[in-house]
Amino acid sequence: MTKTALSVLTVLAAIVVIWYLAVAPMNIRVALDQAERAGATIDPPSAVERREMSSWVLMAKNRDYISEGYALDRPRLPTPVQVGQELWKTTGAMVLNGRTWSKRSLIYHGWITLQSTFWGFLLGTTIGIVGAIAIVQSRVIEMSVMPWAIISQAIPIVALAPMIIVLSSQVGIEGRGFPKALISSYLCFFPVLVGMVKGLRSPSAEQLDLLKTYSASGVQRFMKLRVPASLPYLFTSLKIGIAAALVGAIVGELPTGAISGLGARILIGDQFGTPLAIWAALFAAAILAGVLVTLLDRTQQALLRRMGMRS
Amino acid sequence: MSWLIVALIFWLAAWAANVAMVRSKWSETTLVRFVVPVIFGLTLVIAWEALVHAFNVSAAILPPPSAVADTFARSTGMLWEDFTQTVLKGALRGYFIGAAAAFVVAILIDRSPFLTRGLLPIGNFVAALPIVGVAPILVSWFGFDWQSKAAVVVVMVFFPVLVNTVQGLRETDAMMRDLMRTYAASYFKTLWKLRIPAAMPFIFNGLKVGATLALIGAIVAEYFGSPTRGMGFRISTGVGSLSIDLVWAEIVVAALAGTLFYGVVAWFEKKVTFWHPSQRG
Amino acid sequence: MTDTAISADNLSLTFQTNDGPVHALKDVSLDINKGDFVSFIGPSGCGKTTFLRCMADLEQPTGGSITVNGVSAREARKSRAYGYVFQHAGLYPWRTIGRNVRLPLEIMGYPKADQDARIKRVLELVDLAGFEKKFPWQLSGGMQQRASIARALAFDADILLMDEPFGALDEIVRDHLNEQLLRLWAKTQKTIAFVTHSIPEAVYLSTKIVVMSPRPGRISDVIENPLPAERPLDIRDTQAFLDVAHRVREGLRAGHSYD
Ligand SMILES: Nc1ncnc2c1ncn2[C@@H]1O[C@H](COP(=O)(O)OP(=O)(O)OP(=O)(O)O)[C@@H](O)[C@H]1O
Ligand SMILES: [Mg+2]
Repeated sequence: MTKTALSVLTVLAAIVVIWYLAVAPMNIRVALDQAERAGATIDPPSAVERREMSSWVLMAKNRDYISEGYALDRPRLPTPVQVGQELWKTTGAMVLNGRTWSKRSLIYHGWITLQSTFWGFLLGTTIGIVGAIAIVQSRVIEMSVMPWAIISQAIPIVALAPMIIVLSSQVGIEGRGFPKALISSYLCFFPVLVGMVKGLRSPSAEQLDLLKTYSASGVQRFMKLRVPASLPYLFTSLKIGIAAALVGAIVGELPTGAISGLGARILIGDQFGTPLAIWAALFAAAILAGVLVTLLDRTQQALLRRMGMRS
Repeated sequence: MSWLIVALIFWLAAWAANVAMVRSKWSETTLVRFVVPVIFGLTLVIAWEALVHAFNVSAAILPPPSAVADTFARSTGMLWEDFTQTVLKGALRGYFIGAAAAFVVAILIDRSPFLTRGLLPIGNFVAALPIVGVAPILVSWFGFDWQSKAAVVVVMVFFPVLVNTVQGLRETDAMMRDLMRTYAASYFKTLWKLRIPAAMPFIFNGLKVGATLALIGAIVAEYFGSPTRGMGFRISTGVGSLSIDLVWAEIVVAALAGTLFYGVVAWFEKKVTFWHPSQRG
Repeated sequence: MTDTAISADNLSLTFQTNDGPVHALKDVSLDINKGDFVSFIGPSGCGKTTFLRCMADLEQPTGGSITVNGVSAREARKSRAYGYVFQHAGLYPWRTIGRNVRLPLEIMGYPKADQDARIKRVLELVDLAGFEKKFPWQLSGGMQQRASIARALAFDADILLMDEPFGALDEIVRDHLNEQLLRLWAKTQKTIAFVTHSIPEAVYLSTKIVVMSPRPGRISDVIENPLPAERPLDIRDTQAFLDVAHRVREGLRAGHSYD
């Protein structure tokens, strides 16, 4: 356990180091342009000439300005510290100032995204579970629906996302919550469906035969054997499902001119040329994903332990 | 009203036909396995057509499939141009680069158990993240043309392929590894003859996940800037200018491309991992 | 010394497990001569597999020493001195039977033409001629086990280590394979170490029977088999055979502690 932690920390540290090293070549042009505007003499002096040269040559010729790349307002690649500061400024600092629900607070935007994720997750898992039960119970449904379920995942949902949003607003549904939840459920239902079909089918032939010798009814067989046998599978697929639902919610916010939500922060950061905002939103999304999956993981362990399924 | 009745009758007839086919003694033949879902899909299309006509839905909201087919037939040239830009240039190139890079990295870090242990949880975590969000950053780094789309796809495909490959390389049967030891086989011999073949089912899992992500990445990246062609470009401008039938035609292209792409990967999987219990069915 | 194939001297192996150390082998000493057919028999968990794996350098002893062909087990493995047959066939499912047998030959760099000739020869030897294009899962368990024996015989190793190779097979197939194994042993002059749970099998096959007892794993008896080298299957009904079997059974009983 500690061995794994040590490895993970080392790899993380290596990533941070590489990230830091990459900042210099990534930002040197921006840094030089900025220094030029501030009146410094740069070699070569014109931005047009510099465009022809590689970052490495520029760095070698203008050693003094390399460090400027680490403190830009609009860097091509911000440093981890800059991202951390931006994250703090838009979350913790806001809370301290009592502006938790301000439009500039990532907590507010995260909350919006979380709501879509939640509804999408609910809808997606419902569809997934109901679908799995139908598929396990009926061969006709399985043969008709299963290929389409697979194909549905090969269809890039983002192509549909703008359509879904236009459609739902035309039909008179207020706000973006519903279409976003729909997109989110589209990505979420499939892992749940597949996992549940596997889980409901996991009892062995002998276990099923045993219940037959008791002449148990179909419903009894389903409730007493298939459902409990599928629980471990359910949680595994729920964890994949919630991550997918979050991806869906963010995808639903990206292409559609949304103004609130983490995806919208990314979009707005792009439009206003504030890369720091994009990076902070990305990390907030990552943290949110981590929290959601961890929560489900804890629930799974507690529940399964209470049901005596795992030590 | 008549539209609804026709659709309802078709639905019932199609369902009855499917039930009959599945109950018949040919239910396991390839033909039935193919025809049953096709009939089901047809019912959905006909229901859509019927609903649009029955309720007089405006074409600006939801065009009927027949109108979409019409537009599709009329704009094949443009659709092909978009397909080339988004799928062939953006998605496919990115997919191959990303998958190859992930494979090479997996082989390299596999030599160090320390690195493997550290990278696997991180990779698993990153693979579950909404990586599409990096699209605007990569578009600003690599410009508007296909290179930035390919870059987004590379990042999205990389992690699922990486974690699956690393996992697969670790999961060889202990006895099979012992056998290699009794032959005093070198590291590379063991890798080539045992571990890579044994990892193939895992690798293909990653490749299939990547295949579904590749098109998403390429299309989303176009929402953040592209030359005046490409499927994502056409969809976002189409929605804006209310040429919804063209948007649907693009969606059809995306669906076909996605399905075909996935199908090709699944076909290769069948060829390569024919020996695996899941493929022997 | 030259006629000793395997020599264990005070060999010990302790596994460190979560609930304390497990003494899989304790002070085991044994000499196996070249050309011997030695059976290992003993209750489950007495360390037979572990002993065989030590000979194969798949397990590192924690005490004592073991030499194979006069050198360390590791050097013997590096010089590819033995073929190992696992309890389960362990064929690679993505390779045909023919290519499974070819695997060690590829790794050891035999020339192509020689590989083909050897595959043909060993598959005939185990009665699997005509099956080289089949995949393992298309064969019965007995056929798979024979294929894995063919795989171990394909290259020039004069020692054969077999861990319950016939454990999962039915009596008739087992009898048949026993007969073939004896014939093969007579023909090739290999040294064979053979783990089994069956007393008749041990008596029928071996020149020497090693009886082991558990906790800690040690050798409780070594029985030289007086039966003639020529052994038809019905030798198992003779009094001489039953006498040896009786001795083995007594040895097993003595080793069993019913605590
Ligand atoms: N890798 C291991 N780690 C810990 N303990 C082990 C390991 N391998 C074997 N053991 C223990 O060593 C002892 C001997 O095991 P071994 O497999 O050699 O028995 P065996 O005589 O081959 O039994 P069987 O007839 O059931 O195959 C057992 O108590 C077993 O639990
Ligand atoms: Mg054993």
